[in-house]
Amino acid sequence: MTAQARTQDAAAAVAEPELSAQSELQGRFDDLIGADERIEPRDWMPEAYRKTLVRQIAQHAHSEIIGMQPEGNWITRAPSLRRKAILLAKVQDEAGHGLYLYAAAETLGVDRADLLDALHTGRQKYSSIFNYPTLTWADIGAIGWLVDGAAIINQIPLQRCSYGPYARAMVRICKEESFHQRQGFELLHDLAHGTPEQHAMAQDALDRWWWPSLMMFGPPDAESAHSAQSMAWRIKRHSNDELRQRFVDISVPQAEALGLRIPDPDLRWNEERGHHDFGVIDWTEFQEVLAGNGPCNRQRVASRVQAHEDGEWVREAALAYAAKHSDKGVAAA
Amino acid sequence: MTATTEASTGSASPASVAQYALQLGDDALILSHRLSEWCAHSPELEEDVALANLALDLLGQARTLLTYAGSLEGAGRSEDDLAFLRTEREFRNALLVEQPNGDFAVTIARQLYFATYQSELYAALCDSTDPELAALAAKAVKEVAYHRDHAVQWTLRLGDGTAESHRRMQAGLEQLWPYTAELFFLDPVATELVQQGIAVDPRTLRPAWEASVAGVIEAATLTVPADGWQPRGGRAGKHGEGFGLLLGEMQALHRQYPGASW
Repeated sequence: MTAQARTQDAAAAVAEPELSAQSELQGRFDDLIGADERIEPRDWMPEAYRKTLVRQIAQHAHSEIIGMQPEGNWITRAPSLRRKAILLAKVQDEAGHGLYLYAAAETLGVDRADLLDALHTGRQKYSSIFNYPTLTWADIGAIGWLVDGAAIINQIPLQRCSYGPYARAMVRICKEESFHQRQGFELLHDLAHGTPEQHAMAQDALDRWWWPSLMMFGPPDAESAHSAQSMAWRIKRHSNDELRQRFVDISVPQAEALGLRIPDPDLRWNEERGHHDFGVIDWTEFQEVLAGNGPCNRQRVASRVQAHEDGEWVREAALAYAAKHSDKGVAAA
Repeated sequence: MTATTEASTGSASPASVAQYALQLGDDALILSHRLSEWCAHSPELEEDVALANLALDLLGQARTLLTYAGSLEGAGRSEDDLAFLRTEREFRNALLVEQPNGDFAVTIARQLYFATYQSELYAALCDSTDPELAALAAKAVKEVAYHRDHAVQWTLRLGDGTAESHRRMQAGLEQLWPYTAELFFLDPVATELVQQGIAVDPRTLRPAWEASVAGVIEAATLTVPADGWQPRGGRAGKHGEGFGLLLGEMQALHRQYPGASW
C-alpha cells in the first residue's frame, strides 16, 4: 500500500484526494522524513514543503548567477595569466552550479524562465553578500576564502537534505566550492606575504568582507522566519547561529595563517564554551541590504535584466530554429 | 625530438620562431579576453558556460605559446611579462580577434571565422618540424574543433531562426569579413619558417577555410560577403584604436605594482 503511494504520480495527488487518502499520503511523507530517507520528485509532498524548496533552491541558483558579476568584474584585469585562468574556471563553475540548481528546482514543477522572471522583478532573492562590490583584486581572494567558505559550511549539511535532487546537486557543488575556497585562500596568502601594498590590499579586503560573511548565515535563530519548519522537514539540519559559530571557529586560525587581522575587537577564545566569542553583528546593515539598499543591489539586478533582454532575440532564434527543424514542429505547423 | 628534427629546426633563428609563437599566442590571448567580456552578460546561462569555456581553452593555448616564445628569446621573459608588459605596438595578433564583441551575432561571426581558421591551422601545424609547436597543435586542434562546432551551431540557428536573427547574423558576417584576409597573408616572419617546415603557410589554409565557412553560411540561409576592403597590420603591431583600451584594462593591475608576484 505504502509502496503504491510512493510511486503515485505527483500530478494525480494534486487532484484533491479524499481526506483519508490525503492523511495516508501525509503519513507516508512523515515516515520518509522520520526515517531520514529522501523525498523524490515522484513522491507526494505537502505543498508548503514544495514551496519552501522552490524558494530555497531558486534563491541558491540566483545567488550563483548573480555571484558571477562581482567576480567577473576582475577577469579582464587579473594580474597574472595563471590567476586569470583560475578565475575564469571558477566563474564558469558558478554558471554550471546555476544550471544544476535550476534543473533541481524544475523537478518541483517550476520553470527556469519563471524563476528568472522572479529574480528580475525582485520577487525572489539572492544571497545578500553579492550586493557588496569587488573594489580590489584582493576581494577575489576574500570571496573565495570567506564567501565560498561560508557557503560550504551552509551547504555541506544540504548534501543530506531530505529532497533528493537538491541533496545530489549539493554533492557536486560542494566539491567544486571547496576547491574555490582553497584557491581564494592561496590568492590571499600570496598577497599577504607579498609586498607591503599587497598585504594592505589583503587586509582591507578582509576588513570589508568579514562582517557581511557572518551575515550569510542569516538572522539569529530567534528571528529566523523559516528555520524551525525547515529543520523539522530536514531541509535544514543546523541552526543559523550554530553554523555561524562553526565558521568563526574555522576562520580564526586560517586568518592567523594568512597573517591577517579579523576586524573584531571582541573576538577571543572562550575556554568554557570551547568556541570563539565574537562581536555583535550590525543587523541593521543586513536588513538594509536585504531591503534592496546595499551598495550594488540595483546594479546587480539591472545588469542581469539587461543581459536577459539583450539576449531575447537569440533565445527566440534558437526556438524558431528548433521548431523549423524538428519533425514535431513541422507536423504541428 | 629526433636527430632529424633537431637538424631541420636548428637552422631557423630562435628569434623568428619566438615571433611566430607570439603571433599565435597573441591571437589566442586577445580573443580569450574578448570572449571573457561576455561573462555574466550572455543570452542564456548555457552560453555563459560555453563562452567561458572557449575563453579558457584559448587562454591555455596563449600561455603555452607565450611561455615558449619567452624561452626562445632567451631574455628571461615569462608569459606574464609578455602579456602584461608589452605595448600596443609589440602585440602581434591579427585585427580580427581584437574586434569588439558587438551583439551576439558579431561574436558568433568572429568565432566562425577564427575557429575555422584555427582548426585548419592547428591541423597543419601538427606536422611542424618544431616539436613544441607540433605538441601544442595536437592538443589545441581538439579544442578548436569544439569551438568551431559551437560557432557553426549558432550560425545555423541565428541565420535560419527569426527575421531579426537572420538580419543580425548577416550584418555580423559582413562587418567582420574584411578582417579575415589578414589571417591568410604570408608575413615576413612566417616566410622563413615555412621553408624550414616550422610554420604553416597561411595561404594554403584559405581554400579549405573558404569552402568550410561558405558551406555553413549557405546552410544557414545567409550570403557569403563579397571581398573588398582588406585591412591588415596586426602582425606588424598596427592595431585598431580600441586595442589600447583593451590592453589598458588587461594590464592595469599588473603594471600598478611593478615587480610584485601574484
